Amino acid sequence: MNLLKVENIHKRYGKEEVLKGVSFELKRGETKIVIGPSGTGKSTLLRCINRLSLPDKGQVWLGGEEITHSKSNINQLRAKIGFVFQDFNLFSHLTALKNVSIAPIKVKGMKKEEAAKLAMEELERVGLGDKADAYPAQLSGGQQQRVSIARALAMSPKLILFDEPTSALDPELIGEVLEVMINLAKDGMTMLVISHEMGFARSVADEVIFMEHGVIVEQGPPQQLFSNPKHRRTGEFLHKITELYGETN
Amino acid sequence: MEVSSPIIEKRIVIEGIAVIGRYLPGLLQALLTNVQLLLALLAVGFAIGTVVALLQVYAGHFLGVPAFLYEWVFRSIPALVLLFLFYFGPLQFGVSIPPFFAATLALGFRSSAYQSQIFRGAIQAIPQGQMMAARSMGMSRVRAIISIILPQAFRLSLPAWSNEFSSVVKDTTLAYAVGLNEILRHARFITERYYNLAMLAYLTIALIFLVLTYSGNWSLGWLEKRLRIPGLEMAGVSGRGRNLSK
Amino acid sequence: MGLVFDWAWLPQLAHGLLITVEITVVCVLVGIVLGLLLALGRVYGGRLLSIPCSLYIQFFRGTPLLVQLLMVYYGFPTWGITLSPIMSGILALGLNTAAYQAEYFRGAIQAVQGGQMMAARSTGMSLAQAIRYIILPQAFRIVIPSWSNELILMLKYSSIVYMVTVMDIMGVGNTIAARHFSFFEVFIIVALLYLALVFIVSQLLRMVERHVQIPGLGEHAEHR
Ligand SMILES: Nc1ncnc2c1ncn2[C@@H]1O[C@H](COP(=O)(O)OP(=O)(O)O)[C@@H](O)[C@H]1O
Ligand SMILES: [Mg+2]
Repeated sequence: MNLLKVENIHKRYGKEEVLKGVSFELKRGETKIVIGPSGTGKSTLLRCINRLSLPDKGQVWLGGEEITHSKSNINQLRAKIGFVFQDFNLFSHLTALKNVSIAPIKVKGMKKEEAAKLAMEELERVGLGDKADAYPAQLSGGQQQRVSIARALAMSPKLILFDEPTSALDPELIGEVLEVMINLAKDGMTMLVISHEMGFARSVADEVIFMEHGVIVEQGPPQQLFSNPKHRRTGEFLHKITELYGETN
Repeated sequence: MEVSSPIIEKRIVIEGIAVIGRYLPGLLQALLTNVQLLLALLAVGFAIGTVVALLQVYAGHFLGVPAFLYEWVFRSIPALVLLFLFYFGPLQFGVSIPPFFAATLALGFRSSAYQSQIFRGAIQAIPQGQMMAARSMGMSRVRAIISIILPQAFRLSLPAWSNEFSSVVKDTTLAYAVGLNEILRHARFITERYYNLAMLAYLTIALIFLVLTYSGNWSLGWLEKRLRIPGLEMAGVSGRGRNLSK
Repeated sequence: MGLVFDWAWLPQLAHGLLITVEITVVCVLVGIVLGLLLALGRVYGGRLLSIPCSLYIQFFRGTPLLVQLLMVYYGFPTWGITLSPIMSGILALGLNTAAYQAEYFRGAIQAVQGGQMMAARSTGMSLAQAIRYIILPQAFRIVIPSWSNELILMLKYSSIVYMVTVMDIMGVGNTIAARHFSFFEVFIIVALLYLALVFIVSQLLRMVERHVQIPGLGEHAEHR
């Protein structure tokens, strides 16, 4: 059964049509990677999925519930969808632990002690149990991103959306974040990830989606898409990416 | 002109100080009124200023434009004119408001305009991603404002807020004009009886205010250090533009 | 109860408004001159000058303007200095704004100190020449926004001079209002006049500021 169903999403900013009818599905436990040139609408697509941006047309379903329905309880639905941002967006005034526990407390109404215990577990899961009392500014980029993953996990989401989670990081810090994400995939988390880390895509992706100019050009298993793309544009883009990012990791 | 010998002058000064000393407890008692007015007007200013700033940033035109208009009006009208309007205005229609209450409202509304400017600057200095992240976790807009935006905004506002504090401490003396029994009014007990002690009396009051402003600023500086969070600092959220602390 | 209004008030209030503007302009000018001297004293004066200058600044910034006015009007005569009400007002406001302006000047001077001063001295200029030809011209441009800030502030604060019987707009308003017991009407008009005045003056000042700007200089000076 599909966990996430995205159907015919359109989104326009002013004159520019950023998304021109995007559809795909995601099964429970699946990981899909979205690639594509910058400015193509990948981030917009992710934001449309949890309605941080409102699509002009089209529907998004999580399980049986339509997120895009105007009467849906969006806050309740968003609580089930984790979001990991390119630039982390950790709450600057809260410690790592409080960053993770605040949503369980304020959104789910969890008791403070219980939430703190849960937060500690999630921080340990991303290898940051010893940084619980640090403020975001006292953490490296890689550590901040791992806290933000723990923050998403603490809500026990059905699905986590990642918007280029490693592209704001120094090269030597990328590995620690990818490692956490690989473990999540192994544990059966459902993930939709915008990323150009090809090695990562190869090792965890069930499918790779190539997007350009607001449409999905091609999608398929990583082996097939990387070594044997059907579309010329896919091949050209992959070529550019390997030059930029390298084939390793 | 009479030439007085230094010895006589010295005696006069010592006697003067003795007189002021006798009145000092009364002056300090009256100062309490200034301090109460200060606290009351800061509270009014804080509450309304926060709401006005939130409307300016988050509300649509329908409420946002009136909020800006409110800020502009209360910043542009002199404190004394506001005091007169709030005290004598109702009086003229037979409604007698105690001077303390009128002054709290007049100076409180005025301070709320300056405070809203401070808070608005601070809110706008918080990166958009903070709100986005809060919403992405299922927080409502109001929840996100209360739990994420305002705690950061208030911290960022503290330096500018200290300046606002220094301004209004001194402005409490303006309530003298509507008959509030504050320190300057009390000083008339001295100056009306001992005309030649006017300078000494006002110097004493000046010194009292120096102590008040500097200790207030020192305390707020201390609070600022205590509440400081690494990475959450901002230069340049300004209020009236007359900065007491560097 | 009906509201009272008389067209004859307007010319009287307009005259008061003129006094308000006069007092404001003169006291800001006094403040500029005195403030500059205080700032120079603080930065270049050595200990002998900089400590008294600093005490002056702290005193006038840390005490209420109204207390300063009462000191000048009621206190100075006990020292044998008796001034007319309007002179007392101008002096008190001028002494007060000077303290604030001194800090703006000091900030601006320190902002252009260092490299600029070294470069000037390296060309053989004396300290006085460097201050006169290199530091001050730049510092002046940096503090222009603070001047307009002070001007607007003083426009409003100058209303306290009515408390020493000056017939500025506040004083005229108070007289009319007391005569007819029409505080509400009169002070609504006074408030509107202040709103108009503040609006017009700040627009004018903004225009002036745009004319004298040097690209890239002094944009963040206020918060240094
Ligand atoms: N909030 C917005 N307002 C206006 N234009 C936007 C907004 N968000 C994105 N865009 C525009 O939409 C296009 C796609 O952006 P984005 O989804 O961020 O692309 P990608 O993530 O693929 O780089 C860009 O041209 C961008 O300028
Ligand atoms: Mg993007």
